[in-house]
Amino acid sequence: MSHHIVEVKNLKHVYADGTIALKDLSFTIHHGESVAIIGANGAGKSTLLLHLNGYLAPTVGEVRIGGFPLTPETLPEIRRTVGMVFQDPDDQLFMPTVYEDVAFGPCNLGLPEEEVRQRVGEALEKVGAGHLAQKPPYHLSGGEKKRVAIATVLSMSPDILVMDEPTNGLDPFSRRQLIGLLKDFHHTRIFTSHDLDMVIELCERTIVLHQGEVKADGPTVAIFNNAQLLAECRLEKPLSMQGCPICGRS
Amino acid sequence: MRSIDGAVLDLKRLDLLATGDSIIHRLDARAKVITTLFFIVMVVSYKRYALAELTPFLFFPVITLALSNLPISYILKKIAAILPLALFVGLFNPLFDRETQVLLGPVAISGGWISLISIMGRSALTVGSAFILIATTGFIAVCHALNRLGMPRVFTIQLLFLYRYIFVLTEEATRTTRARELRACGKKGLGFSSFGPLIGHLLIRTWARAERIHMAMVVRGFSGEFHSRQINRFGHKEYLYVIGWSLVFIILRTEDITRIVGAAFTGIFS
Ligand SMILES: Nc1ncnc2c1ncn2[C@@H]1O[C@H](COP(=O)(O)OP(=O)(O)O)[C@@H](O)[C@H]1O
Ligand SMILES: [Mg+2]
Repeated sequence: MSHHIVEVKNLKHVYADGTIALKDLSFTIHHGESVAIIGANGAGKSTLLLHLNGYLAPTVGEVRIGGFPLTPETLPEIRRTVGMVFQDPDDQLFMPTVYEDVAFGPCNLGLPEEEVRQRVGEALEKVGAGHLAQKPPYHLSGGEKKRVAIATVLSMSPDILVMDEPTNGLDPFSRRQLIGLLKDFHHTRIFTSHDLDMVIELCERTIVLHQGEVKADGPTVAIFNNAQLLAECRLEKPLSMQGCPICGRS
Repeated sequence: MRSIDGAVLDLKRLDLLATGDSIIHRLDARAKVITTLFFIVMVVSYKRYALAELTPFLFFPVITLALSNLPISYILKKIAAILPLALFVGLFNPLFDRETQVLLGPVAISGGWISLISIMGRSALTVGSAFILIATTGFIAVCHALNRLGMPRVFTIQLLFLYRYIFVLTEEATRTTRARELRACGKKGLGFSSFGPLIGHLLIRTWARAERIHMAMVVRGFSGEFHSRQINRFGHKEYLYVIGWSLVFIILRTEDITRIVGAAFTGIFS
């Protein structure tokens, strides 16, 4: 899988209780792209992300990663390729220590002890959490938890990084730190977020979801300048693109 | 709820201690599991009035504790915390069993008192050794060891999930009851009527959370196999540990050491 292309074709998902979360989604994300998926609460963002590594199966349609369809045979490799960071780091960190949590993925890959140790070290270094290795995850601050959660997928050396609302619940400093970290990655990146200022900084392309459908797909700046579209999808222009509320200048 | 929360945090603390390093920590988990199980069986197999015979068994927890760099006061506190439970189990023995068993000079001690103390002693020994096992090995590694010693895999997985979800349940319970207490405005709760919905709500939340955690495990390649990073080598040290302690336990169990030592002393002094 040299080209880490994510293809979603006519994806529809209906939950067991009958909720139609996704109606008919199609898009392609290319190697090295950084894409934001935005939309109001309940638009279907999280549901979409869960299809990208096969946790949910499409009711109708297809998802292909690197040209491969999601089948039981390709699933293990696709789960390694697509690193998924969840919204709430408390759901992602479940081992007694940070080290063991970051080692969980590589251990499941069946890597030898020595390589596991090396990967854990590198992943923690990368997110600036090397000193936390022996700490229990439940004692960390919100920002630290988030960074460790990222390390838990980096240790599997994914090609595609998928994150659900990465800056949610972080204080301004931790948020800055995280954005800086994510800027440095050269993976294909897919984020969902309500933090549109972060989207401007990190993503050149934005997909707008509204009630389970793709409402718009294009360059981030163009989308954020389309006031009517944003209003229709219950979104708002990011603060950094609005005029100054005090002096009115932009 | 704070007490449940505290107890669970303590479980986590035990697990955390297991990441330490010492001769005992480095032993293969299976060796420690076999030895501890054997120890527990031996201690439990004594008759109800056994008391003096039990004392030499203290050697096992004391020596492992000394070799394992664990915070001793912490383990002692843990043991002390379960003693009331044992007390409760044996509480009525002194009432029902009044037959005199031992005469200490003019004081007659009834069988009931002796069996009560014996129950507490045995609880302290068995629970203490189990605590030490987990604190030097880690719960996950203990499960693995049990699995490799022949416990069916289904049980191992169940045990591991149970362990994982205890944390989830208590965290959710703490949050939910906190929210409820805050809204009760200092009154002694909102009455029993709000309990039903509360429990239902709690179960749904726990379920949802458990599912999200399972999801996080699955997407990181979890396929029903928990890996622990303990090295698995059953070498000379492990054989020595298991056989050595087993011999000690068997000798203690079959020969009445205290009586022999006592007899030796009286022999010397007479
Ligand atoms: N497990 C589920 N069962 C039934 N409906 C669900 C489930 N998860 C989400 N939904 C519904 O699907 C829709 C999309 O939800 P979601 O993908 O979580 O939205 P977003 O992440 O954009 O806020 C919502 O209407 C939500 O209520
Ligand atoms: Mg969501």
